[in-house]
Amino acid sequence: MMHTRFQPQRFIASFLSTCMMLVAANLALAAKPAASIPADKLVQPAEVAAQVKNGSAAKTLMLQVGFKTMFDQAHIPGSEYAGPGNTGAGLQVLRDRVAKLPKNSPILIYCGCCPWTRCPNMAAAYDALVELGFTHIKAMIINDDFGTDWVDKGYPTAKQ
Amino acid sequence: MMNVRSRILIAALLSLLCGVSSAMKVGDVAPDFTRADLQGKQVRLADQRGKVVLLNFWATWCAPCREEMPVFSKWQKDLQAKGLKVIGVSMDDDATEVKRFLTQYPVSYPIVMGDAKFAEQFGGVLGLPLSYLIDAQGLVIARFQGEADLPKMEARVKELLSAR
Repeated sequence: MMHTRFQPQRFIASFLSTCMMLVAANLALAAKPAASIPADKLVQPAEVAAQVKNGSAAKTLMLQVGFKTMFDQAHIPGSEYAGPGNTGAGLQVLRDRVAKLPKNSPILIYCGCCPWTRCPNMAAAYDALVELGFTHIKAMIINDDFGTDWVDKGYPTAKQ
Repeated sequence: MMNVRSRILIAALLSLLCGVSSAMKVGDVAPDFTRADLQGKQVRLADQRGKVVLLNFWATWCAPCREEMPVFSKWQKDLQAKGLKVIGVSMDDDATEVKRFLTQYPVSYPIVMGDAKFAEQFGGVLGLPLSYLIDAQGLVIARFQGEADLPKMEARVKELLSAR
């Protein structure tokens, strides 16, 4: 039986090369973290679900600022697609949608594409609305993803 | 007391009303698919019978996905001879960005484009990353939702390869 000898230099080179690839991939696509959204602007899914169920959410413009493939599969009933927040084109969709609204309109944004701490859309979408002068913005915090934190909890769900 | 038939009927009705299928369960047969990869080559899941398949749903905008991909790429190179087949399914809205990304960060396994219909076959892809481990008989052995514990996943892959 043949035994492969452990080669420390080869192992270290391989390890460093993998680390460098990871760092490069993330630096190239880094996005402002969702954690930058002020805490008093965050709302929990359970609260939004209750508002959808009792009808009071109808007063709020609910916008999904993530990705179309996700929205098509599942979204909050009554919400609209206005994303993704991680691209200029996506932010333009958002700006166009709210362009004619009074600045005190209640707006809720949500995503849920990936864990909250890694979401590339929410902070950019929130900042765009703030820059436009909107004063009643809320951001739904989704810790893991829309499937885990909304659909699996049995909250009202629609699909395209 | 409700009989089993009534319960199944109610569950089916609830599922229809809800409009969103539940996540595919471990032990289910993985649904077959045929899709062209980004080079135009057909990738069919059923053709992989006899191999252990790691089906990875990802997207260019998903940071944890990008961290996993070089690792999966290495596994594909190292474990291909032992029967591993990694297949990536991009959930990006269009292929242009995916091609650009893969030019910069190439992987050693095929990438096909997914969409809502494709995702529904697998019980929905409502958060990334998401990976399924499928055994040589085509059964789903494990589901990894969110940032995966890669050493644990690697151990499962190697365990399945040994059992082939």
